[in-house]
Amino acid sequence: MSLPVQESVQTGAEEQHVDQSRAHRLMKRRSSVRSFELLIWLGALATVYLLPSKMLILTEIAILALFAVSLDLVLGFAGIVSLGHAAFFGLGAYTAGLFARYVTAEPVAGLLVAGAAAGLLGYATSFLILRGSDLTRLMTTLGIALMMAEAANQMAWLTGGADGLSGFSIDPILGLVPFDLWGRNGFIYCFVVLFLSTLVARRLAFSPFGLSLKAIKGNPVRAALVGVPVRRRLVTTYTVAAVMAGFAGALLTHTTSFVSPDVLAFHRSADVLLVLAIGGTGYLYGGIFGAIGFTLLKDALSVVTPQYWMFWIGLLLVILVLVGRARLTRWIDDLAERLPGFRGTKR
Amino acid sequence: MLTILFDGIAYGMLLFILACGLTITLGLMNFINLAHGAFAMTGGYVTVVMMNRFGISFYWCLPAAFLASAILGGVLEATLYRRLYQASHLDQVLFSVGLVFMSVAAADYIMGGQQQLIQLPPELSGRTEIGGVGIGRYRLFTIVVCAILVVTLQLILAKTRFGSRLRAAVDDRRVAMGLGINVPAVFALTFAFGSGLAGLGGAMGAEILGLDPNFPLKFMIYFLIVVAVGGTSTVSVPSWQRCSLEWLTWQASTMYLR
Amino acid sequence: MTAVLETRDLKRRFGAFVATNDVSLKIERGARHALIGPNGAGKTTLVNILTGVLSPTSGQVLLDGEEITNLPSHTRVKKGLTRTFQINQLFADYTPLEAVMLAILEREGLGSRLWAAVGSYRKTVDEAAALLARFGLASVMADRTNRLPYGKQRLLEIALAFASKPRVLLLDEPAAGVPEDERHEVLSIVSDLPADVTVVLIEHDMDLVFSFANRISVLVAGAIFAEGTAAEIAANPDVKAVYLGESA
Repeated sequence: MSLPVQESVQTGAEEQHVDQSRAHRLMKRRSSVRSFELLIWLGALATVYLLPSKMLILTEIAILALFAVSLDLVLGFAGIVSLGHAAFFGLGAYTAGLFARYVTAEPVAGLLVAGAAAGLLGYATSFLILRGSDLTRLMTTLGIALMMAEAANQMAWLTGGADGLSGFSIDPILGLVPFDLWGRNGFIYCFVVLFLSTLVARRLAFSPFGLSLKAIKGNPVRAALVGVPVRRRLVTTYTVAAVMAGFAGALLTHTTSFVSPDVLAFHRSADVLLVLAIGGTGYLYGGIFGAIGFTLLKDALSVVTPQYWMFWIGLLLVILVLVGRARLTRWIDDLAERLPGFRGTKR
Repeated sequence: MLTILFDGIAYGMLLFILACGLTITLGLMNFINLAHGAFAMTGGYVTVVMMNRFGISFYWCLPAAFLASAILGGVLEATLYRRLYQASHLDQVLFSVGLVFMSVAAADYIMGGQQQLIQLPPELSGRTEIGGVGIGRYRLFTIVVCAILVVTLQLILAKTRFGSRLRAAVDDRRVAMGLGINVPAVFALTFAFGSGLAGLGGAMGAEILGLDPNFPLKFMIYFLIVVAVGGTSTVSVPSWQRCSLEWLTWQASTMYLR
Repeated sequence: MTAVLETRDLKRRFGAFVATNDVSLKIERGARHALIGPNGAGKTTLVNILTGVLSPTSGQVLLDGEEITNLPSHTRVKKGLTRTFQINQLFADYTPLEAVMLAILEREGLGSRLWAAVGSYRKTVDEAAALLARFGLASVMADRTNRLPYGKQRLLEIALAFASKPRVLLLDEPAAGVPEDERHEVLSIVSDLPADVTVVLIEHDMDLVFSFANRISVLVAGAIFAEGTAAEIAANPDVKAVYLGESA
C-alpha cells in the first residue's frame, strides 16, 4: 500500500514540476479541437457543392441542430429537464416575422432582435425553474410554452392566429446576399449562424463558467460549497440558451418567409428532446448528430406514412429508452472517455 | 354565478379523479408518467364505441371503461413501465412522451380525428332546479360519482390491508419488501387501478371535457398541475379542494380574457 | 478574543421534531474546536445550518461579527467559511484536477468567465497541481472521481474545501469510512492545517478528538450539553454517562 504522506513530503521541486506540466497538458487537451469537429464543419460546408439539390432539407437540419444545441446547454450542461423549449423558438420565429413585416426585412437585424426577445423571455422565466424538482420544472416549462401557444392563437390580429403570419418577404442578407430559389444562400446563412453559435457555446462549455455548470448538474449542494453562485449561473445559461433557440426560430422564418403557429406546438419541444436522446447530451455535438438522424428519419417516415409518422417517432422514443440510451450511444460514451473535455455526459 | 361555481366543482372533481392515478404513480413509484392521459382517452373511446356502435347503456360503459383502462395499464406496467422505475426522470419523460405520441396517432387512425359525441341518457341531460339555482344534471351526476370515489379511495387507503400495504410501500419500498409485502404486485395493482380511474374519468369527461385524439396532449399540463399542487403523498379531500379552486381560477381568468 | 464563528439561540424544527435546540456557540479564532455527541444529536444539522445548506427556524449565525444567517452557501464560502461532508459529496464525473480547478477559479472570482478555456488560467493550474500533490492525489489527478478508491475520494473531499482557502473550516467526520491503514494520511492533513485557519471538527473517534482539539462542545438531542477544554470534558462524568453504550 503506497504511502501518499511520504509522497507529498518527498515531493521536491522536480516532482512538482512534473505534476504541473502534466496538469497543464491535461487541461490543454481538454479543450483542444478534435478531428471529428473539423470534419463535421468542413463536411457541412462541402454539401453546398456536393449536394446542391438537398439545400432545403439541409437547412431544416441546420435549424433543428441549432435548436437542439441550445437545449443541450439547458439539459446536458445545466441539468434542467425542459418540456417547453419551443417557447423560445416560437417567440424568435414570430418576432422575426413581425420585424420583417413592420420594421425592416433585413434578416440579420431581425435575427438579433428575435434572439433578444427570446432571451428576455428566457431571463424572465428562468426564475421559475430555479427551484423545484424535475416534476415542477417539467410543469413550469410546459406551462409557459402552452401559454405562449395560446397567446399566439388568441392574438390573431398580430400573429395571424391559426393561419400563421405571412405577407412579408426577406431582403438580402446584410443587403448583399439574396435568398435564392434553390435555398443555397439560405443554407449558408443558417450554417454560419449555427457555426458561430456553436462556437460560442463551445467556448462557454470549456470556460470556467462551463466547468461550474456540469458541477451544478452533478452536485448542486457541493457546487455551492465551492463558491459557485448556482442560481446566477442557471439564469445566465437559460437565457443564453433561449437566445440561441430564438435564433433558430428566426432562421426558420427567414428561410420560409412564413411563421406557422406550429412553431410553438408541443411536438417541437418533444422532437428536440428526441433529437438529444438520439445524439446524446452534454457535449454539444449531440444536437448536431441528433438533428441529422432525426430529420432523415422523419423524412423517410413521412414518405411511408404521411399521416401517422408520429406513431413511429413515438415508438422510436419508447424503444430508445427501453434499450437504454447508454447502450445505443455507447460509442459516444467511448468517444467521451477519450476526450477529457467532453466528460460529464452522463444524463 | 352559482352555476359557474358548480361547473368549477364538477371540473375540479373530474380532474382530480383523472389525476389521482398519476399522483399515486408519482408518489409510489417516483415515475413521471406523462402518458396518463392516454389511459383516460382509452376509457373515453371505449365508452364512445360501446354507446354509439353497440347501443349499450351509458351506465354500463363506466365500469367497462374502468376495466379496459385498468387492464391496459396492468399489461403496460408489467411489460414496459416496470423496467424504468430506476431510470432518470429524463428517460421517463422521453418514454412516456413516446407512448403519448403512439396513442395519439393510434386513436387518430382507429377512431378518426373528430370530436366524439355521446348521447347522454335522458335522466342525466338538461337541468334541475335546486333551491332556485339551475344545475346541469350531468354535472350533478359527475360530482356525486366523484365524491363517492374519493370517499371510497380514502377508506381503502385507511382501512384495508391493501391500503396499508400501499402506504407502507410508498413510505419505504425496501423496508416494505423486507416485511414481506409483495411490492411488485402492489405496484402493478396500483398502476392498473390508477389507470382504471383515469379511464373512468375519461369516460365521464367525454361530455364535459371533450374527446379527440389530442386528449392526452391537451390535458397533460392539467394533470401535472393537479399532481404538483395536490402533492404526491396524499389522495385526500384537501387535494380535491385545491383542484377545484385551480379550475375555478382558471375558468374565471379565461372568461375575463375573452 | 472575538469569536470568529458564533451562533445565537439557533433552533431548527422539522415539524414536531426539534433537531437543533437553542444552540449558542462561540468558536474562537484559530481554535481547534471539536463537536461531539451521540448519533442523532444534530451535529450534521448544525453544520448544515452554519453553511447554508439548511435554514434555521430561528436564531442567528455570525461570521466575524457579521450576520450570515440568511446568506446562500456560496456567499459564505466567499467570506471564508466552508465544510466537508461526512458522506463524500464530490463531482462524480470530474477528475480531481477539474474539481480543484473549479474551486480555485471560484475563489479567485474567475468562475463566471465565459470565453477563455479553463486550461489557459496557468497560475490556477499550477496551484491545483500543487494542492493535489500535497494531498497525495497527484498520481490520480486525471482519473474520474467515481473510479477512485475511497481513501483518495476522502482526501479529495478535504482538498476541495482546502482549495477555497477558508478561514473557518468545518470538518464533518473526515476519517469516516476510511480504512485503518489510510486513516493516518487524513489525520496528518487535518493536524497540519495552518494555525490561522479555525477548524471545527465533528468526530466520533475520541483519540482523534483529544489529540486534536483544544476545546470541545458536546451536543445531545440538539442542545449543547457541555462545553470546555479537552481536559475538562475528558474529566466530566456526565459526558461519560451520555456516551456509555455508544461505540466511539
